[in-house]
Amino acid sequence: MLTGFFLKLKEHKIPVSIKEYLTLIEGMQKHVISPSIDDFYLFSRLALVKDEANFDKFDLAFGEYFKGIENLLGHNFDVPLEWLRRQAELNLSEEERAQIEALGGWDKLMEALKKKLEEQKGRHQGGNRMIGTAGTSPFGAYGYNPEGVRIGQKESRNRKAVKVWDAREYRNLDGATELGIRNIKVALRRLRRFARVGSPDELDLDGTIDRTARNAGWLDLQMRPERHNAAKVLLFLDIGGSMDDHVRMAEELFSAAKSEFKHLEYFYFHNCLYDWVWKDNRRRHTERIRTWDILHKYGHDYKLVFVGDATMSPYEILQPGGSIEYSNDEAGAVWIRRMLDVYRRAVWLNPEPEDMWQYRQSITIMRELMGGRMFPTTIEGLEKAMRTLTK
Amino acid sequence: MRFNGSNSYIATDDLKLAVNAAVTLARPLLIKGEPGTGKTKLAEEVASALGMPLLEWHIKSTTKAQQGLYEYDAVSRLRDSQLGDPKVQDISNYIVRGTLWQAFTADKPVVLLIDEIDKADIEFPNDLLRELDRMEFYVYETKELVRAKHRPLVFITSNNEKELPDAFLRRCFFHYIRFPDKETMEKIVAVHFPDIKKTLLREALESFFEVREVPGLKKKPSTSELLDWLKLLLAEDISPDTLRSTDRRAIIPPMHGALLKNEQDVHLFERLVFMARQPR
Repeated sequence: MLTGFFLKLKEHKIPVSIKEYLTLIEGMQKHVISPSIDDFYLFSRLALVKDEANFDKFDLAFGEYFKGIENLLGHNFDVPLEWLRRQAELNLSEEERAQIEALGGWDKLMEALKKKLEEQKGRHQGGNRMIGTAGTSPFGAYGYNPEGVRIGQKESRNRKAVKVWDAREYRNLDGATELGIRNIKVALRRLRRFARVGSPDELDLDGTIDRTARNAGWLDLQMRPERHNAAKVLLFLDIGGSMDDHVRMAEELFSAAKSEFKHLEYFYFHNCLYDWVWKDNRRRHTERIRTWDILHKYGHDYKLVFVGDATMSPYEILQPGGSIEYSNDEAGAVWIRRMLDVYRRAVWLNPEPEDMWQYRQSITIMRELMGGRMFPTTIEGLEKAMRTLTK
Repeated sequence: MRFNGSNSYIATDDLKLAVNAAVTLARPLLIKGEPGTGKTKLAEEVASALGMPLLEWHIKSTTKAQQGLYEYDAVSRLRDSQLGDPKVQDISNYIVRGTLWQAFTADKPVVLLIDEIDKADIEFPNDLLRELDRMEFYVYETKELVRAKHRPLVFITSNNEKELPDAFLRRCFFHYIRFPDKETMEKIVAVHFPDIKKTLLREALESFFEVREVPGLKKKPSTSELLDWLKLLLAEDISPDTLRSTDRRAIIPPMHGALLKNEQDVHLFERLVFMARQPR
């Protein structure tokens, strides 16, 4: 029974391990929860899912699995009875168990229950919600065991519980959804590279001990610089035109990046990179920076991040003079390649939905230019991009 | 031993279940959630509700796993050796016990809080795997094995700044504290301000959830900010009418500085309120 559930979770790509599954069973054995599916939902999530990004997947899998069970109820009794039996067994005291044995054992009891349920179905035409229609079953009144066969109550709880996972309240924590400023920061933090550079102002204990020992026991203090985040980032943002739709995303990404990196240089471009970029959008025509200067000024240990929708006419990338800003001598593709030659670690973040990419020729071209390193601006995409940058 | 919330802490049903499961099965409980939803507070409340002492270990970016076990104070020993102190012969004089050691050797079970584990180095959780699993560690300097007399109840909080390793996660239970809904929020406030006027509370909660709904806020106000804000409102004796912001002459909620902690957010909010006030 539970193995099927476990495999269902695997099927939904939730990373669950056998160890966690065993913990779940151990918990069931130790009566951590009352035998309600509501509690089972909470407990199984507690034991099996270790990331809120997977909560939504779990809700889906759980709903799917236990809906499956409901459907099965209409055609085949074995599975749910097995389930009931398991639940009941967990909750019976020794005495009660003995009592049941005296009445002919579990199988007989279940057989009787099955019959009752079938009768009930005939009377009520209850469809596939068998246990629901059995709520008025006299069976519960037999009082053989207080928990296991009190079906009516179980169902009502069940229904309440179904709502819990059907509500899918964790949907917006799923990794594939849109970004918020905090998520971006969290993703950018993956780029952190701590390094010791700057003035030595921290006592290096190990070094001191080592040097002191070499110094025949006389103190020889060693200092070293403090650890800092040394990740260096060049950020190129596409603005204007088709990027207007994504301005909020770009703004959030930018403000997150600005607070996260000490060495962050940002530049704006329009659609594709050419001879010039600028830092202040209002003065884009007067205060421009030559792209060559950037290539010369910033070392190759900078990581390169483009943010843009790459949605334009293919000529803007491939042809000299293709820019819509001015007549450029060299094609955008040449400039992109030039950048990639210097900055080996580079990604392109594209706010357009990933499934749209293949229909836009310019995106396909740009993606090829980037060597496939184009990622959507979802949490998942951003994380992948950061991982690519640290490789 | 069952945890059912306390006089000063409202625990939702799923949180209670999580805590009790962690107690029963002796697994560490990893808590995540929006900032200010009471992650750290939970450990304190569980400790006081179950009558167990609380040991806290706050993690910083420079914290090493070893520091939680013990530290060998080589500098003191070096100094003593240069002064000819006889203490120097016994290395155990220079072993400083860490929080985990204290938790392991306590006379009764304790609650151990490992706060903000994500602040530390990526390797940090991996270095604690055996310690949290088997509840024992080895002191190399004195060649002794420290083993837990009683398994401590371990709470770990994380703000999700780093991904935790799978091997570590497998050993934990995981609970995500969701932002409380209005109903729960009323209970939480009632616990902290028992004398608050019903109308004031209703109005305050309404504007609080409205502020949370404002699109584009960099930092949404959370429970702890709401409590601070209410404290201010009570101290200033603000009447519920001033909070009513639904009419056209809407004003900015008083003391909104307690709710919005970011300059840009305050500007954004003021702009929005100003726009709402413009006659259409």
